Amino acid sequence: MGMKTDTYTKNETGLITTRVDAMINWARKNSLWPLPFGTACCAIEFMSVVSSPFDISRFGAELVRFSPRQADLLLVAGTINYKLAPVLKRIYDQMPEPKYVISMGACASSGGFYDNYATVQGIEQIVPVDVFIPGCPPRPEAILDALLKIQKRIDREPSPKRGVDRRHELAEKPADE
Amino acid sequence: MTDKKPNLDDFVPKAGEAKGPYSAGDFSADLDYSGDAAADGTTLDDIDTQPMYINIGPTHPATHGTFRVYCKLDGERIKKAAVDIGYLHRGFEKIVEHRKYNQVIPYTDRLNYCSGLVNNIGFCKAVERMLGIEVPERTQVIRVILMEIQRIMDHMICVGANIVDIGALTNFWYFFNAREKLNDVLEALTGARLTYSYTRVGGLAWDLPEDFRERVKAALEGIPKAIRDVTGLIKKNRIFLDRSRGVGVIDAEKALSFGWTGPCLRATGYPMDLRKVRPYYHYDQFSFDVPIGANGDVYDRVFVRIAEMEESLRIIYQAIDNVPGGPINVDNKDIVLPAKDEVHNTMEGLINHFKLVIEGVKPPPGRIYDSIEAPNGELGFYIISDGTGQPYRIKVRPPCFYLMNTLKYLIEGAMVADIVAILAGLNIIAGELDR
Amino acid sequence: MANSEQQKHDSLVERVSARLGARVLETDRSYGDLVFVVEKAAVHEVLSYLKNDEKFDLLLDIAGVDCVKLPEYRERFELEYILYATGKDHRVRVRVPVPEFALDVPTATDLWRAANWAEREAHEMFGFVFTGHPCLKRLITHQQFEGHPLRKDYPVMQGQWCATTSSLEEELEE
Repeated sequence: MGMKTDTYTKNETGLITTRVDAMINWARKNSLWPLPFGTACCAIEFMSVVSSPFDISRFGAELVRFSPRQADLLLVAGTINYKLAPVLKRIYDQMPEPKYVISMGACASSGGFYDNYATVQGIEQIVPVDVFIPGCPPRPEAILDALLKIQKRIDREPSPKRGVDRRHELAEKPADE
Repeated sequence: MTDKKPNLDDFVPKAGEAKGPYSAGDFSADLDYSGDAAADGTTLDDIDTQPMYINIGPTHPATHGTFRVYCKLDGERIKKAAVDIGYLHRGFEKIVEHRKYNQVIPYTDRLNYCSGLVNNIGFCKAVERMLGIEVPERTQVIRVILMEIQRIMDHMICVGANIVDIGALTNFWYFFNAREKLNDVLEALTGARLTYSYTRVGGLAWDLPEDFRERVKAALEGIPKAIRDVTGLIKKNRIFLDRSRGVGVIDAEKALSFGWTGPCLRATGYPMDLRKVRPYYHYDQFSFDVPIGANGDVYDRVFVRIAEMEESLRIIYQAIDNVPGGPINVDNKDIVLPAKDEVHNTMEGLINHFKLVIEGVKPPPGRIYDSIEAPNGELGFYIISDGTGQPYRIKVRPPCFYLMNTLKYLIEGAMVADIVAILAGLNIIAGELDR
Repeated sequence: MANSEQQKHDSLVERVSARLGARVLETDRSYGDLVFVVEKAAVHEVLSYLKNDEKFDLLLDIAGVDCVKLPEYRERFELEYILYATGKDHRVRVRVPVPEFALDVPTATDLWRAANWAEREAHEMFGFVFTGHPCLKRLITHQQFEGHPLRKDYPVMQGQWCATTSSLEEELEE
């Protein structure tokens, strides 16, 4: 339970609030509820991650929820094409804060090797992404590694502020992972 | 583990035995509510109802891919349905016009991604027929073994996901555990977990490792037990029988008119299997049976697939002990890359390698259509070559496309909960459906 | 097996030329396959003869081709129907040249219901208009897509954004 005092939130450096932050972050990171937005081959790899031996429930993210209102981790697995782009945006908008996005695979991160009229060249054009996983398809260990990176990012979050997107704050802090 | 013939009587219900509470006879949306009468004799016709429109998809549980079914409901019955596909359209047919033939092979992997090697082999078979070459015996037997392994893996995903949708989650883990062991063997062989790209035009990428036979046999040991576990759980399960017998019934003539092939057509009772009718790669020398259903409902589709898994096991056990020796690539320097020591040490090898990589394999100008029996049906490739190293046009004949065409007619008249069972029984892979 | 395939081809060519001699422009026997090249006006007649009299009950595929970059061709577009007779194990293709500014072709949905979606796809990828089709709309590209992507003059990397998912009211009533 690595407790860090968040020095950039200058207004809230009290002892009690950082302990409460740490506890909230610990609870949040160990019980992520992923929404597998699986379209293509990466979805089959995600199914393997959920099964043994690459069990994802060791990290708490076992409970996949297909309703965006109940999920907090959007895992985009597979190619997104222009026909599916408005659907992805709508699903992302329906998720409540705090939410995180993992872009799994080459096709979701950059269009993969489908550089043509049908494929969106990277879902960063539609939704903000926290972690990109390269690979075609990525190994299940890579997906678990991405989950650990999301957990580290959650660790650094300050106490919840309502309705503010804190990604730019998290991005400014130098990477110490 | 032995070469035991499966007892198909256990699997196949007698003809005419399964008629559900509603049978979609001629797909008319003229619904007969008389069977649904309440205790005082009123039916839904007596109530003034309005239709409700619901949307199923495109975000599904990540088992079947993205497509959308739009239904007009009256109560729980579906009066009209519309199917929308194309949410995984990746422009396969356009982009392969800008690649060489060997560069197309990774694209074919992602068509039916549950059985990538089958697509590779189908494509290479078509190009090799166009070139007029025949691959050596060793390659043919290896390709048969790999296709049957992939058939088992594809059926495991299909049946596992099918039963999960009906509500039984345990079978999924039984099948996936067994599938992981097979996947380990293929990963040791090809280097990749799902998108193998192991074949090349003219043969294979590299030869089998020495312990391949032992690894395959060790991996196959767990499969009969997994099949027994799963069938033991569902064969006499009241919930499974009620949800799958008499649901999504179609007869053979209509299925043929809709373009059905593969296990779904065999579940209607029509014995059509390309491995028996137009054998390729010495399939006529292996002894195996083709399981056939009786009624053409979801129950039959599930059990035809399970029985096909057992038949594939038989073929693999016959083939794995009799892999002939010899080269794995055709001996033709215009098609196959030369060996690395020739490339590095001789000028001719270097230039040959250079020309093959830069210009590619060049089939003579012409058109060809060739197909194989993929786990889902007949996967065909219609290739037009204009003499250069890039194909002029490749049209894929996807088996799921014609199965999905029928979905609208299968679910009109059924209940909402049946959509899931019928859809899963058809084994729709979106990568192949939309290309 | 190869001999019997050629025998089936030969006997079919005899029967077809006896029955529909003037309709068939050419027969192509390359690679051991049999292809009938038929003019556009006779397509429905030839296909219904093949289905009803010769028992070709499985329509495998309908492939559209844009021939503009081939060294020689009859018309700019071509349609290729791939048929299979399950009872006789016989596979045949029917090729129809379609001129660029007369893209209307009679539909085959009354013969095989498989032609429904196959024709929709040929329509959206090349622009063929199948007269008599119950619902000829775009199938795998999105409804706001303009143009026909598989034509040779459509640039491969030109994507088109889609703003909304389509409502499917028309397909519902099909």
